[in-house]
Amino acid sequence: MFRNQYDTDVTTWSPTGRLFQVEYAMEAVKQGSAAIGLRSRSHVVLACVNKAQSELSSHQKKIFKVDDHIGVAIAGLTADGRVLSRYMRSEAINHSFTYESPLPVGRLVVHLADKAQVCTQRSWKRPYGVGLLVGGLDESGAHLYYNCPSGNYFEYQAFAIGSRSQAAKTYLERRFESFGDSSREDLIKDAILAVRETLQGETLKSSLCTVSVLGVGEPFHFLDQETIQKVIDTFEKVAEDEEGEAGEGDAEAAAAPAEQGGGGAGDQDVAPMEM
Amino acid sequence: MLLILWGVLIQFTIPIDNGDALKNAEADSQRTLYPYVTGTSIVAIKYKDGVLMASDMGGSYGSTLRYKNIERVKAIGKHSLLGASGEISDFQEILRYLDELVLNDNMWDDGNSLGPKEVHNYLTRVMYNRRNKFNPLWNTLVLGGVKNGEIYLGMVSMIGVSFEDNHVATGFGNHLARPILRDEWRADLSFEDGVKLLEKCMRVLLYRDRSAINKLQIAKITEEGVTVSQPYSLKTFWEFQAFHNPTAGAQGSW
Repeated sequence: MFRNQYDTDVTTWSPTGRLFQVEYAMEAVKQGSAAIGLRSRSHVVLACVNKAQSELSSHQKKIFKVDDHIGVAIAGLTADGRVLSRYMRSEAINHSFTYESPLPVGRLVVHLADKAQVCTQRSWKRPYGVGLLVGGLDESGAHLYYNCPSGNYFEYQAFAIGSRSQAAKTYLERRFESFGDSSREDLIKDAILAVRETLQGETLKSSLCTVSVLGVGEPFHFLDQETIQKVIDTFEKVAEDEEGEAGEGDAEAAAAPAEQGGGGAGDQDVAPMEM
Repeated sequence: MLLILWGVLIQFTIPIDNGDALKNAEADSQRTLYPYVTGTSIVAIKYKDGVLMASDMGGSYGSTLRYKNIERVKAIGKHSLLGASGEISDFQEILRYLDELVLNDNMWDDGNSLGPKEVHNYLTRVMYNRRNKFNPLWNTLVLGGVKNGEIYLGMVSMIGVSFEDNHVATGFGNHLARPILRDEWRADLSFEDGVKLLEKCMRVLLYRDRSAINKLQIAKITEEGVTVSQPYSLKTFWEFQAFHNPTAGAQGSW
């Protein structure tokens, strides 16, 4: 995308009917580190890559609990994401208080999308620079939605956003048809495998990713490092065994050559506020 | 009021502001002080397939039985029944609030719908908030319904007291009907037995509550939906011995 004379204001249309500022906001989402979501009929798993500013700092929080039955993973300007998560929590708790019943996730995402749309139609505002993967339950089961800065929202069986998300998406595209009937464990495994795709060569360790689950009869919670590492071990171990036996790397599970990877931490062209 | 300040006598009067008196009168007319047209008891029970709710069709204007065709039990959305005793105009206002609520819920058109629990809690919030503003909706509400196989029955009073139970009653019903229900209610009541039980309660109320009239409706809600019966009357018996020559034991008194 190149600069042009129609991209200064969010309230300026281009002659071809585009709002460039909104599109630039969506670019910000692509710069953030990856976030992945998948759902079965009864569960939703949200996973993300833990990216730290430097080796000295801790990683930024990218997955938030909105309510027992709703969670959100963000990519892009995390500050914007935090503010929107607070809004979502507020909506959920107000509904819960008035009706003593959980807010259906489908209604929450519409509120969220309408809020984002406002920022695309006021000259004194700017669009939120964050994409949100909202997973939650309502009467009709488990749902996964993607809310983007333009104010659009879409429902997905599985999706990935952020940098190098295309690799995860390719993996998910191959498998999504089976997710509906997946067990909870398989869904978690697929989420972690999708995260691994975005690392592109780097060794997958439990410290590198955060995974959260929610489902029918299971309130939103994060999986602890141990549990994640156990899942990683199941497929990394398979790879190692095959390596040992055949002496040739299996295309599906090539973890060994990743040791040389210094790939993850060197994005100089990513602004510090984006994670 | 007199004040001595730096050796100088300063007198100031607090003016009698007639604006205050006017404001108070206006302020009072902005809130409910007492009810005018009132409905008497509602009695409701859970039964095997859902909830049964009975009420008479009277609207009293003080001690006058002015209106005899008031429906005090209404269907709310697909899953709930609302019965009210107390001020009829406030009941109508509540129906307007709920109408808007149900309309907005339907407009979402997303497969989610308000169940009886949600409506009950919404009403509790409304009633309690009005009470806090010293401007109550002068009603005791009974909310019953069935959703996804779960049978729900609850009550909210004009001060916001709210609870659920297997059988509820308002007003005189609390004193006359609930003791009967405590003895005779069972979870597996059939529809016929449930109606008989309610009629037993309503008959006692008819005999003993001066604001009750002999024209009642019984409403039923199950998973399938709501049915409100046509108005009908109960058979009464006045030939009890004690009612013959009532003044026999106290001549001259009335």
